[in-house]
Amino acid sequence: MFKVLYKKELAENITLMNIEAPRVARSAKPGQFVIVRVGDEGERIPLTIADYSVDEGWVQIVIQSLGASTRKIVALEEGDSLTDFAGPLGNPSDFVKEPMEEVRARKMLFIAGGVGAAPVYPQVKWLREQGVEVDVIIGAKRKDMLIFAEQMEAVASDLYIATDDGSAGFHGLVTDLMKDLIDNQGKKYDQVVAIGPMIMMKFVALTTKPYGIKTIVSLNSIMVDGTGMCGACRVTVAGRTRFACVEGPEFDGHEVDFDEAMRRQGMYKSQEARAAAIAAEREAGHKCRIGLDK
Amino acid sequence: MVNKIPRVPVREQDPIIRATNFEEVCYGYNREEALLEASRCLNCKNPRCVAACPVNIKIPDFIKALQEEGEAAAAAVIAEDSSLPSICGRVCPQENQCEGACVLGIKGEAVAIGKLERYVGDWALDNVEGEEVVLSPDAPKVAVVGSGPAGLACAADLAKMGYRVTIFEALHKFGGVLSYGIPEFRLPKDRIVAREVEKVRRLGVEMERDTIVGRTVDIDTLMDTEGYEAVFIGSGAGLPRFMNIPGENLNGVVSANEFLTRANLMKAYDEASDTPIFVGERVVVVGGGNVAMDAVRTAKRLGAESVIVYRRSQAELPARREEVHNAIEEGIEFQMLTNPVEVLGDERGWVRGLRCVRMELGEPDESGRRSPVEVAGSEFDVECQTVIMALGTSPNPLIVSTTEGLESNRRGCLVATEEGATTREGVFAGGDAVTGAATVILAMGAGRKAAAAIDKYIRSKE
Repeated sequence: MFKVLYKKELAENITLMNIEAPRVARSAKPGQFVIVRVGDEGERIPLTIADYSVDEGWVQIVIQSLGASTRKIVALEEGDSLTDFAGPLGNPSDFVKEPMEEVRARKMLFIAGGVGAAPVYPQVKWLREQGVEVDVIIGAKRKDMLIFAEQMEAVASDLYIATDDGSAGFHGLVTDLMKDLIDNQGKKYDQVVAIGPMIMMKFVALTTKPYGIKTIVSLNSIMVDGTGMCGACRVTVAGRTRFACVEGPEFDGHEVDFDEAMRRQGMYKSQEARAAAIAAEREAGHKCRIGLDK
Repeated sequence: MVNKIPRVPVREQDPIIRATNFEEVCYGYNREEALLEASRCLNCKNPRCVAACPVNIKIPDFIKALQEEGEAAAAAVIAEDSSLPSICGRVCPQENQCEGACVLGIKGEAVAIGKLERYVGDWALDNVEGEEVVLSPDAPKVAVVGSGPAGLACAADLAKMGYRVTIFEALHKFGGVLSYGIPEFRLPKDRIVAREVEKVRRLGVEMERDTIVGRTVDIDTLMDTEGYEAVFIGSGAGLPRFMNIPGENLNGVVSANEFLTRANLMKAYDEASDTPIFVGERVVVVGGGNVAMDAVRTAKRLGAESVIVYRRSQAELPARREEVHNAIEEGIEFQMLTNPVEVLGDERGWVRGLRCVRMELGEPDESGRRSPVEVAGSEFDVECQTVIMALGTSPNPLIVSTTEGLESNRRGCLVATEEGATTREGVFAGGDAVTGAATVILAMGAGRKAAAAIDKYIRSKE
């Protein structure tokens, strides 16, 4: 069970894997996630589903290996097995259940930041299969950190690239590119779906607000069980506490309290590491933009 | 004459030492102690203890069997009514059930029925070979959702009747609340829970972990596509409640479910575990039930000064008496008649304290307990870095929301008959999923009743 059928390194510290999980593949829908565990003492790690094949019985995940637990996952080779692979969890994206003629009439823009391109892909692909044309922006730090660009090209109506250093596509942030598309290139959007780092989703939501464009974000909160039992993933949406695992992971970006969500993501970073990071930032005279000093 | 023997005390780990480890608190009786304690039973003609047991274990009979024929005979008597004696002997609130009704308790001390049950149950785990059941490959299939006490008991009975049973568990370990909820120091995982699960597996029951019914697969698929003729839902009551007071989403406020799952299921107290857990120097646990006691004693073992905050007085604590007693021995501070009104945070959004008010007891409410009333102007702050909310749990709505024709009540509990039949044909339920958070023994009893009802249902179809 849960055998690694295929493994590929997409970029530095970003690995793609197809996992044998026929039941999960049969039930998976765009927008959902899985919980993965490696080893007897392994942590339960939520990961968004990147693709799935009902016929071949696999589910694809993309792992950014920055911590000890994610490194354990990417250390597995083809033929090895994950200890656990539970899902699909969370709710499918709203459009899966909406009347298709309404979805087709909608002008949608997907914004993927970093590994966020992985969970955006199955949504765009699913929509394409239903005959819905959507635009996509993929943002990355550098050209060599871009993932899923080729696959996305095949399913997106228009694909735009933004890199922080200008090594590919638009030189700048995804929010600047989105503004450029709307303000200068005559693009009109009724809905934006942003998936990526919390800070990017926050600024996408802030940017779309004055335009009145409905904005959906997918929250990668801390979770233990992923089924509503622990409440670690609590997030404030429209002033109410919601559980990202069972009520999300997708929410209205204009209603999410991102500052709280970012602070809660840091809950289990060790006290020392946090203190050290803040001290280093202050010393460098840098105003922390990702909420570490909160 | 027998009455003159005082209740045989049970050996326990020293409180100061045990408050720093996760080893089991209570060592239980040895043979000699068990036989001496057994000799105290009056073998009443009208045994009030049996009537007070939620599953009516024939208590005087098993105690007599222990004295006259030995452990195997005693285990056989218990097995007629209970499939989890090692567990129930440890976690049942005996003082409100069998022991609370014991005649000896009127003037002196009740027979230690729980400790005797545990002794017999542990002996059976060590010495009784699991029954070998040969299942016919075309026996009818039954799906059991959840591997907690209700699911295990239901699956075991059905397997013994010859059904092919598959248990679907959402988590990566079997046992439900026995694995994720009740701590190691009260219910050892490898020595007791894992072996009870193995016992059920040896009966030929298939077990699939990481399978969330309602997500990975739904009830309709199980029945229509995968050929299960009946389904038993024993999915428990796993959703945590919060107080909805200001500051509850600060870093450092967790549900008891999260805290205990990290500690028990993920073994976060062990350095080898990859799962983190945070306590800080001082922890406040809000609540007075068994889960609150489990959380506060776990926090203590992780090195924090640990406090219980409860809105009623000690007499109303819903926790087992033994747990409260053990907690006090271990140095847990109890702030009774105290209710939180706000979690206080520091400038970085981490918990720095809990603002509380004093309460006083007013008129009895519908449960007969005197309801607490706020004392005006009594606000005070308790310093802490972690607040654990142990306010009770309710059933997970996932299965109801994904299954046509399955009804739940206002509290989210599945609607089911005494025998466990739900509003949907072929679907049965029992345990906390039906009653809301209750006890292991009630769940076990409900699982067994449902097994009988499922058998009857499947036979009636043929």
